[in-house]
Amino acid sequence: MFSFIVRRILVSIPLLFLASFIAFILVVNTGDPLEDLRTKINVPKGQIALQEHRLGLDKPFFERYFSWLTHAIHGDWGRTIKDKAVWDQISRSLGVTLKLVVFAEICSVLIGVTIGIISAVKQYSWFDHGATTGSFLLYSLPVLAVGSFLKFFLAIRLNRLLGREKNPLLKTIGESTANFCTVRKPQNCGLIPATTDFLTHAALPTLTLVLITFAGYARFARATMLETLNADYVRTARAKGLDEKRVILKHAFRNALIPVVTVVSIDFGGLIGGAILTETIFEWKGMGRVLVDAVTKVDPNLLLCWFAVTAIAVVLFNLVADILYAVLDPRIRL
Amino acid sequence: MSDEVAPILSVKDLTVEFPTDDGVVKAVRGVSFDVRPRDVLGVVGESGCGKSVSSMAIMGLLPKSARITGSIKFRDRELIGLKPKELRAVRGRQIAMVFQDPMTAMNPVYRVGWQLGEAIKAHNKHFDKKQVRSRSVELLNMVGIPQASTRVDNYPHEFSGGMRQRVMIAMAIANNPDVLIADEPTTALDVTVQAQILEMLIDLKDQLDAAIVLITHDLGVVAGITDRMQVMYAGKVVESGTAEDVFYTPRMPYSIGLLGSIPVHTQDPAAGARLKPIGGAPPSLINVPPGCPFSPRCPLSDGTLCETVDPPLLRVGPGHVAACHHSDELAAMEDPLRLFSATAVPE
Amino acid sequence: MINPPIPTPEIDSDVSEEILLDTLTDHDSVEREFTVEQRTQWKTIARRFSRHKPAMVSLVVFTLLVLFAFIGPYLWKYKYDQVLKKPAGASNDWIRPSWNHPFGVQKGYDVLALVMRGTQYSIRIALVVVVLSVTFGVIVGAVAGYFRGGVDNALMRFTDLMLVIPYLAAVAALQRNVKGSTWLYLSFFLAMFAWMGIARVIRGEFLSLREKEFVEAARSVGASAPRIIFRHILPNTIGPIIVNATLAVGAAVLGEAALSFLGLGVKPPDTSLGKIIEVGKGKATTYPNEFWWPVLVLCLISLTINFIGDGLRDAFDPKQNRVRA
Ligand SMILES: Nc1ncnc2c1ncn2[C@@H]1O[C@H](COP(=O)(O)OP(=O)(O)O)[C@@H](O)[C@H]1O
Ligand code: SF4
Ligand SMILES: [Mg+2]
Repeated sequence: MFSFIVRRILVSIPLLFLASFIAFILVVNTGDPLEDLRTKINVPKGQIALQEHRLGLDKPFFERYFSWLTHAIHGDWGRTIKDKAVWDQISRSLGVTLKLVVFAEICSVLIGVTIGIISAVKQYSWFDHGATTGSFLLYSLPVLAVGSFLKFFLAIRLNRLLGREKNPLLKTIGESTANFCTVRKPQNCGLIPATTDFLTHAALPTLTLVLITFAGYARFARATMLETLNADYVRTARAKGLDEKRVILKHAFRNALIPVVTVVSIDFGGLIGGAILTETIFEWKGMGRVLVDAVTKVDPNLLLCWFAVTAIAVVLFNLVADILYAVLDPRIRL
Repeated sequence: MSDEVAPILSVKDLTVEFPTDDGVVKAVRGVSFDVRPRDVLGVVGESGCGKSVSSMAIMGLLPKSARITGSIKFRDRELIGLKPKELRAVRGRQIAMVFQDPMTAMNPVYRVGWQLGEAIKAHNKHFDKKQVRSRSVELLNMVGIPQASTRVDNYPHEFSGGMRQRVMIAMAIANNPDVLIADEPTTALDVTVQAQILEMLIDLKDQLDAAIVLITHDLGVVAGITDRMQVMYAGKVVESGTAEDVFYTPRMPYSIGLLGSIPVHTQDPAAGARLKPIGGAPPSLINVPPGCPFSPRCPLSDGTLCETVDPPLLRVGPGHVAACHHSDELAAMEDPLRLFSATAVPE
Repeated sequence: MINPPIPTPEIDSDVSEEILLDTLTDHDSVEREFTVEQRTQWKTIARRFSRHKPAMVSLVVFTLLVLFAFIGPYLWKYKYDQVLKKPAGASNDWIRPSWNHPFGVQKGYDVLALVMRGTQYSIRIALVVVVLSVTFGVIVGAVAGYFRGGVDNALMRFTDLMLVIPYLAAVAALQRNVKGSTWLYLSFFLAMFAWMGIARVIRGEFLSLREKEFVEAARSVGASAPRIIFRHILPNTIGPIIVNATLAVGAAVLGEAALSFLGLGVKPPDTSLGKIIEVGKGKATTYPNEFWWPVLVLCLISLTINFIGDGLRDAFDPKQNRVRA
């Protein structure tokens, strides 16, 4: 097992280096970070040169790349065009994003896989038909539509229904109330008010993510379960005279678990860069916002760090997927 | 085996239909047969003639969509329409089954000991861990797995095809069943292994006092080891009798076609010329044409009666039945095996 | 979040049984059992597809959407770039939906005209993306699957690499620097990061097809590799290619809409559904029609494409639902 993990890590490292190089090419081609400065009229030449030097723009491509890379390996992600530490900004947004996506993903997986299994076991029942149609529709709907619907339609109506138009129960903007706990509002300080505040903000974006994600898992789990339920070994299990519960759980589900776990862990890797639209619709200052800012303002170090964090997450969870696969399937040689 | 002994398993007028997108597949169209204790019944017929579907019907393993009619009696107890719980008590305990492909028939994620133990525990709830394990090892020994006490902890993928089929047989006999249905148990295996497995099955039959239903598409497999034979075509039994009857005095052209396509065990130099598969394909099971289902491929077909009236299964000798309008003519032929080669090989 | 690309498990029918048990019969007997009469393959596929009701309805709706986008602008009385003035004596409500402007007026433009043009751009972009990415993906997959070994390894590692790069971000970064008309560039960038899925599918198909008898036969008479790939194997992968290409149209429309909604996609003078939604989102509650119409069209495209893809999948690969309850 240990040597398998080491081997897989060794394969992942060159992949990450190559990915960082491609990301660097992309970032170099995003535009001129100092465009604004250059177009202003009375900015002295010296100041532009100074900024170019600070961002390393005056160096040749490869020198710039390797300088960035060596710093990054040592944990120094450089500074933004506004001369702030990149990592501070990334880690703050990462926290915001994780708060949103981790819980949503766990809910989606649990709901989706449960529905998928019931659907498969009761194939062609009314539950199966309903679940299949429902998840197909949700799976096909754009996030943009689901999120907007919850924000502009459902939230407003629900808040009005609850008679809380002034202080809405379901918040649609941001991840927390601005200036929530101040000297003038001491009753808002403390864990419980902060948590309540967060939950009222997180409810809708979480629901958005769950709605569009669980459907995919339901479809996948159903298809996988149908396949294992029709497998020869399940027929063998029934021929032994085992009861149906055991046949379904110990035989069909245990085997369906292998692809499901793999897909889920791979998906976890894509979460960090995967909620950009939801974050934007509900105006959370997460990784999505950082990306939009970094691209529009052409902030090379910020964008590079963004790419690095998301790519590392993808590679890491691919590794986790491989390991879990090997753990769950004895046919894999470790 | 004399006919007086009461059958242990009795199938009457079994039909199985599957509704599909393309129409209703009539997979089994009225099959009847009896299995007597300690009997070996060979069921032969080409791929798709309904052998597996019939045996699955007996085991109650058909998909829910299947429409089953007729009667399947085990020791006078009707199995069709049993409650799932009652059926489970029969499966694996009174009637057990060995499937065709040992590579997929075992669960890849559990050790063989676990899977054997599960079969044992299903009908022996009171067994403790130790008893289950020692019984598993005993079973593996019975089916000839070397070093059974260590192999019991291996996963299926660590066994060869032949060894896996032995394990599958061990699972099937775990609870001393009265009837063992073996559905093409050797088809997926190497030719060299096939004979060993069959030999072992027959050995076990004597040890266990079980009856065996040996299903195959290859007459060569059952030659010499079955007591009774039954030939199936397009979801029906077309000939049935003792092994001698079917091998030496076949009374239905299809049986002869099957015989003609196996490497014959005679010294006859002309045998090579007879090695010829039956041309054409079986009829659609969705729209079964009227008349004898074999008529489009039959060299004896008269083109009128054969194509309009489906021949019933009629007695052609003691304990020997055949479904053919012209079985008398076959009886009169001196070398019926030439029936198929004569049409194709000009001499 | 774009809908997660969840792979459908491939239902590997166990052909071994058929082959082994087929010693006595023709090879096509298994299929023949299921068809009342011999139909040509394409007819059968068309028949199966036409029986998939949601797919058929979707095909009609999608065709109407295409007509709406490409013919509509010629028929509709207002042009997308026609600046409208408040009619004399009209109230401020003149920008709300009316007989004159069914979708209302947005910043002096007729929203129906804008949506027609946006739909047109969205579909145009998606088609370019799909043609480019499917062509490239099929070539990569075919070469990898046919030649195996080192070539396969190199190509698949490259595919893995491209999958590691977050694609919305990559396209956004490249698109930032484009000036002038942007939609073709955007299509090209989207295609650069959209070919990996189909490459993997086609590689899988090639890996199994290259072992088939008809390929052996072609090889034994000395057919060249390109000839075997394009004339012998590729035609047999047409089913997965069509299904994947169809689904890719939906994915491309949504990907483009996401980028434009973020303000990182098409820029004026070009437009797209995502762009119109972005412009309208500030007034989603006050002037809902500017926002919801393009959202609705986007939903319709995504839904119909998915249904059509589903119907095609069933039509090409019916073994999954052979038995109906
Ligand atoms: N679940 C099913 N749905 C539809 N048709 C089926 C199903 N199972 C078997 N069949 C059809 O029933 C016929 C008999 O099959 P089977 O008993 O497996 O043949 P064999 O004699 O080779 O074992 C075949 O035509 C097969 O295609
Ligand atoms: S009934 Fe006619 S067609 Fe059928 S087997 Fe006999 S001779 Fe042949
Ligand atoms: Mg069979």
